Amino acid sequence: MLQFDQVSKRYPGGHDALSRVSFELQSGEMTFLTGHSGAGKSTLLKLIMLMERASQGQVLINNQNLSRLSRSQIPYLRRQIGVVFQNHQLLFDRSVYDNVALPLVIEGYKPKEAARRVRAALDKVGLLSKEKLNPLTLSGGEQQRVGIARAVVNKPPLLLADEPTGNLDPALSAEIMNLFQQFTDVGVCVLIASHDIALIRRLNRRVLGLSKGELVHDGVLTHVDTASTT
Amino acid sequence: MSTQPARRRPSNTRTARVGAKRVSTPDVEAATSRGASSHHTAVGDRWQAYLLHHQQSAKDSLQRLLAKPLQSLLTWLVLAVAVALPAILLVSMNNVQALGQRWDGAPQMSVFINPRAQAAAIENIQRRISEREGVQRVRYISPQQALSDFETQSNLGSALRSLETNPLPPALVITPEPEMSAGALADLGAELDAMPAVDEVVFDQAWVQRLQEILRLGKVISLSLGALLAMGVILVIGNTVRLAIESRREEIIIIKLVGGTNAFVRRPFLYTGLWYGGGGGVLALLLLVSGLEWMASPVASLAALYGSDFTLQGLGVSGGLLLVLLASLIGWLGAWLAVGRHLGEIEPQ
Repeated sequence: MLQFDQVSKRYPGGHDALSRVSFELQSGEMTFLTGHSGAGKSTLLKLIMLMERASQGQVLINNQNLSRLSRSQIPYLRRQIGVVFQNHQLLFDRSVYDNVALPLVIEGYKPKEAARRVRAALDKVGLLSKEKLNPLTLSGGEQQRVGIARAVVNKPPLLLADEPTGNLDPALSAEIMNLFQQFTDVGVCVLIASHDIALIRRLNRRVLGLSKGELVHDGVLTHVDTASTT
Repeated sequence: MSTQPARRRPSNTRTARVGAKRVSTPDVEAATSRGASSHHTAVGDRWQAYLLHHQQSAKDSLQRLLAKPLQSLLTWLVLAVAVALPAILLVSMNNVQALGQRWDGAPQMSVFINPRAQAAAIENIQRRISEREGVQRVRYISPQQALSDFETQSNLGSALRSLETNPLPPALVITPEPEMSAGALADLGAELDAMPAVDEVVFDQAWVQRLQEILRLGKVISLSLGALLAMGVILVIGNTVRLAIESRREEIIIIKLVGGTNAFVRRPFLYTGLWYGGGGGVLALLLLVSGLEWMASPVASLAALYGSDFTLQGLGVSGGLLLVLLASLIGWLGAWLAVGRHLGEIEPQ
């Protein structure tokens, strides 16, 4: 589904954000991405979103080489990727419903079909009753769930989450993780950048550990790993 | 997983739709989340959605303008003045031209004959002129007829009657065909002027031609003024749209993050420009119409003093529509230039 092949990213100015990172994620797999801030997590996510391009190596999504995509093809790539942001990235000038519907409007769904999908997504995250509210009136956890509903509303095969539980208490975090697990059950490939080691350990999933731009860990966390990857 | 590479999606979209139609009922599809295989839209639906987004962008842009009535009104007024100025000039030119045409367009030439010339000589000249190509009519005006015409037109009857002899010479009035060129007419004039029996040749309405030339120049001037002001309109709208883009930066970034194309992002701003231009055009038309209305009665009284029934002409319905359409197009163009320049700078970081 998602493949990194010897990917390096050097920013103008000489800073190496990623060095020869290789890994492969399968459909229906849930994987965590950990590392200190500055370890290259954000850069890795940006390469998948084509917000940045790799300096060396190849990023492939469904065997499609991202380096071969032109600027005008980027929007169509992004429609295959659902993204959950740490700061939610919601629009406060419109309702919860309209926020979630945005990807469908962009993709050109009929209003009736879009409504069905938006309600299904909101139902999934338990916010069906709040579709008419402005997201500003919602709690942090609810806003995050609106963000998740928007990320999955067009059923992307790949779901990225950048610190999705960053500001949430453990109970809410567990709830959100439970949601992500449900998406993997229907074949979505989920990649979650997080530094919440306790949570990651509890879920017992594959972990990619980055340090100074290098992939230093790939596999389920053991107690020994904890020291090196956090 | 069956997610296709982005560039191959259109064709796959079609097959996916056909398949869905045959095998699955909508409810089954709705109930299950099947990842990529169900995130397609049919081409016809996309076209409908495209039109719908146009409609929504148009409505949303207008609502945004109306939500800030004072700011929008000020912009509209600035645009209205810029559009109205060249339009007023053009309408004025058209009116002066209409005024000039009331003098029976075609120029005439008067040939004054030496009073001592023989009647046979005059007839000879008349025949020669009428045989010339391009001459429509030659009319002989005898001194007696000229005197009586002058009496009736000038109210100087008693003064003229006190004259012992008729001071007016016999004359030939030449009306050329409308297609006869000014040059050919001048050649004929020079030829006649050289004849011994001819005293003087006068182009009666050479001034009409001069007026036409002045009007043509005036039109060129108002068109170039219009082009300059159109540039001003483009700049004003470009700047206004730039501010609108800046204030919606966050929204643009989010739209780009979830897969919005540049065209999608551009659309509402293009409509903003269209509304600004169109609104300015309508206001300019109102200014023009009320200005003409305002001048109508003074012009009518002035015309009455000259015994004329001349009335001011406006742009007419089609002219007015054209003005509004043109202003809208210029607004759209201004927005397009601004969006093209600033949209590329706004990318998710």
